Amino acid sequence: MGRKLLIHNDKVPGINTLEVYRANGGYASVEKALKTMTPDQVTDEVKKSGLRGRGGAGFPTGLKWSFLAKPEGVPRYLVCNADESEPGTFKDRYLMEKIPHALIEGMITSSYALGAKRSYIYIRGEYFYVARILEQAIAEAYAAGWLGQNILGTEFSHDCYVQVGGGAYICGEETALLESLEGKRGNPRIKPPFPAVAGLWGCPTVVNNVETIAAVCPIVNMGGDEYAKIGIGKSTGTKLISASGHINKPGVYEIELGVPVEEFIFSEEYCGGIRNGKKLKAVVAGGSSVPILPTELILKTAKGEPRLMTYESLADGGFQTGTMLGSGGFIVMDEDTSIVKNLFTFTRFYHHESCGQCSPCREGTGWMEKILKKFLNGTAEESDVDLLWDIQSKIEGKTICPLGEAAAWPVAAAIRHFKQEFIDIAKSKKFVDISHYNRLNKIVA
Amino acid sequence: MGAQVHGTQEFNKGKRAELKFSEEAMKTVQKIISNYPEGKHKSALLPVLHVAQAEFGGWLSPEVMDYVASVLNIKPIEVFEVASFYTMYNLKPVGKCVLEVCQTSSCWLNGAEDIVKYIEKKLGIKVGETTKDGMFTLKVAECLGSCGTAPMLQCGASYHENLTFEKVDQLINDYKTAGQRRNYTDLDYKNTL
Amino acid sequence: MKVTIDGIEIDVPKGTTILQAARMIGPEVAPPTMCYYSKLKTSGGYCRTCIVKVTQGSTANPNPMPKPVASCRTEVMDGMVVQNITSPEIIEARKGVVEFLLINHPLDCPVCDQAGECKLQDLGYEHGAAKSRYEFKRREYEVIDIGDKIKLHMTRCILCYRCVKVAEQLTDGRVHGVVHRGDAAEISTYIQQAISNDFSGNVIDVCPVGALTDKTFRFKQRVWFTKPMDAHRNCKKCSGKARVWFKGDEVLRVTARKDQWDEVEDFICNECRYDHKKTADWTIEGPSHISRHSVISQNHYEHLNELKVQLMKQQKALGFMSIDKKP
Repeated sequence: MGRKLLIHNDKVPGINTLEVYRANGGYASVEKALKTMTPDQVTDEVKKSGLRGRGGAGFPTGLKWSFLAKPEGVPRYLVCNADESEPGTFKDRYLMEKIPHALIEGMITSSYALGAKRSYIYIRGEYFYVARILEQAIAEAYAAGWLGQNILGTEFSHDCYVQVGGGAYICGEETALLESLEGKRGNPRIKPPFPAVAGLWGCPTVVNNVETIAAVCPIVNMGGDEYAKIGIGKSTGTKLISASGHINKPGVYEIELGVPVEEFIFSEEYCGGIRNGKKLKAVVAGGSSVPILPTELILKTAKGEPRLMTYESLADGGFQTGTMLGSGGFIVMDEDTSIVKNLFTFTRFYHHESCGQCSPCREGTGWMEKILKKFLNGTAEESDVDLLWDIQSKIEGKTICPLGEAAAWPVAAAIRHFKQEFIDIAKSKKFVDISHYNRLNKIVA
Repeated sequence: MGAQVHGTQEFNKGKRAELKFSEEAMKTVQKIISNYPEGKHKSALLPVLHVAQAEFGGWLSPEVMDYVASVLNIKPIEVFEVASFYTMYNLKPVGKCVLEVCQTSSCWLNGAEDIVKYIEKKLGIKVGETTKDGMFTLKVAECLGSCGTAPMLQCGASYHENLTFEKVDQLINDYKTAGQRRNYTDLDYKNTL
Repeated sequence: MKVTIDGIEIDVPKGTTILQAARMIGPEVAPPTMCYYSKLKTSGGYCRTCIVKVTQGSTANPNPMPKPVASCRTEVMDGMVVQNITSPEIIEARKGVVEFLLINHPLDCPVCDQAGECKLQDLGYEHGAAKSRYEFKRREYEVIDIGDKIKLHMTRCILCYRCVKVAEQLTDGRVHGVVHRGDAAEISTYIQQAISNDFSGNVIDVCPVGALTDKTFRFKQRVWFTKPMDAHRNCKKCSGKARVWFKGDEVLRVTARKDQWDEVEDFICNECRYDHKKTADWTIEGPSHISRHSVISQNHYEHLNELKVQLMKQQKALGFMSIDKKP
């Protein structure tokens, strides 16, 4: 059994209430930080912990915090990115729904470190009921004096608010999120300036993912050095993995970074193997935007070493033979899965979610979807594979925000590793989808 | 989608009616506005639009958007720009219960397309349509963050997960019996996580 | 600050963008622009035609930038090294951008008033491929009126946001903007409100394509058959400096004057633009300078004029009658 730091109490009855949460050691990090540490000391612990952003990019959190500009007389903000929308990712919802106080506690401790008097949790609109749970938790925290004026009798005062979005994946991009939080269209901003200098309402702002902020609590409690002992190399600590697809036990798992991928998929502790005794075909390891890998490359690196659940091991081999840990959205596909159809659902998604600012993404995502549709209709030509490849290469890296890459990478990886599947459809002029036949037991005619 | 029908033309119809938030809704709106520093009230737009949509029949007519603009003291175009950007705001009337079936990867892998077909057959409508009695609108949605409990659909604030045809029968029946409009802002929600 | 663009070094003040620096060097290395407009704050960054490769960030941090950057929105650093036309990668990427901009464009140039002064035509000609690989139905929209003077052909729009910035920065009440999102995004006025502001007509001049056209000029004449003259009048609202487009003696339209980069020099008011279509309304300064690469210069008015003056001088010298005599 690996150590769990974030959702170890998820099955405790009433853990969503402040009373039970507190009885199980909750809010200890606020107490410790406010009473015994300076804000800089908290930041130092986060730096020492090696914690990396859990939203997908994996940027060192302590470093991000240290970039925050601190001009006199200008308010600073902490904004929590709870806009979880990357296909395959649902860990933040689980954490917020089950243990809302874990996030609130992290918000207070992190805000203390950053000197933020106000913080916002921007949650995707579809998670409206989760926003209610958070608001309830915040109300409890205010009543108990964990939020508001002079927390624990110290100089530190803090207010935390929840804002719901309106339905847009792009608001998971931090500058689009800030635009949305300002009541505007979710159009990503051109950087620089970075949010650390000019973020929410033009003030210095740190935007962190839900899981990142929650992880600050155990880091403060156990100390950064101790946290850094968990995991391997630069992949320290624990990570929530959202496991879905053709596995026996889909769900959210907290792993110590470093668990072998093979163990994660096949052991009873985690995914419990492939459903219905089928064989594994492919895995999207870190949310829809990361490259899909076939069985042989997801279980072992190109060098033949076991692939581990770490930032480095998953990325081993670059995009030729590797992928990314991303947000930890782990989608498993069995032998019956059509990679082409799966790619179609991804591309349709990115087409739907493009904000429309940059021409390559606005026009290119829709174009790719139309070409993939030709494959599903059995009208594609072999030359369409090359065209797809060319289009994705002209989107990748040519846009303001990373949605361009997110839309291009899955296309590139599907062609890179499963080109024959595209060619077979183009040659036979026929597409048969049996990917989902075994789920609902019956099929609508 | 807007690509096919030009938004502006549609909005030429209709007269401005007398609109006003109920006292309770107005309280919620005031609370939302107070979440932001002085002068940053535009930030309240997204949450207030949710309140408005729930308050005025499940969609945002031009009159409702005008009214929201006046409440927040911003320009009407700023409201329309935002309302049309986000998928949760309906710019056309919808049924009392909008069934939004997630269709992205994990949900598709687990039979979302069959769920859609099943609902289409059961309700006698296609995706994007509303039943004659105005009870149900069927939509498809992109990833709703319920991949581990796929397939799923959202109706108002509720997430219906690990769907089977039987569960679909049940929930449609329940909604029909209750006969109420379902909004994202509803306090009573179900979720089967 | 020293910056090197395509091997040419130039000294520029702090705060200069790569694009501005390249324009200082000259049109040969200046990247093309579709959405950037030096006169409009926060414009640029969207169309991606002006992307360049930064092979060295600065002297202090010589690392290359990880992906191509929009030159219009990226400030130079001391010691920065930039590749534009010397990078095959950028040329290829730009070709891609042109293709993206064109896949949903109707290519209705034969019936488009903008033909001849369209930035997309120029861009396609200079940087695009000869053939489109797009085989699907193009987006369609109805043509609508934005007020009584402006036509919006949304099919032609490339979503450069310039008109929105004009409305924001030049007029006091913006009533039009970008609505919907992704490839369904469109310019729209809110409900029936039209643009009635004094400076609203400038959206026509900043539009790089034929999406926003002047209804008072619509279908009157191909621009290359008209003769642009720089002219001015006393105006209380604007500088009164305009470009008046003649066909014979008739004033067909009035626009703002444009500079070397096809950007408006002085924004003009609607009164100058729409309400003064008589020669007598204007003090003519002389033929407008039109780049010799433009189809509008086909008729060589400037040169014709010079030629006429020369001829008249010669004729006078020789004692001939003026050939300038009109019937």
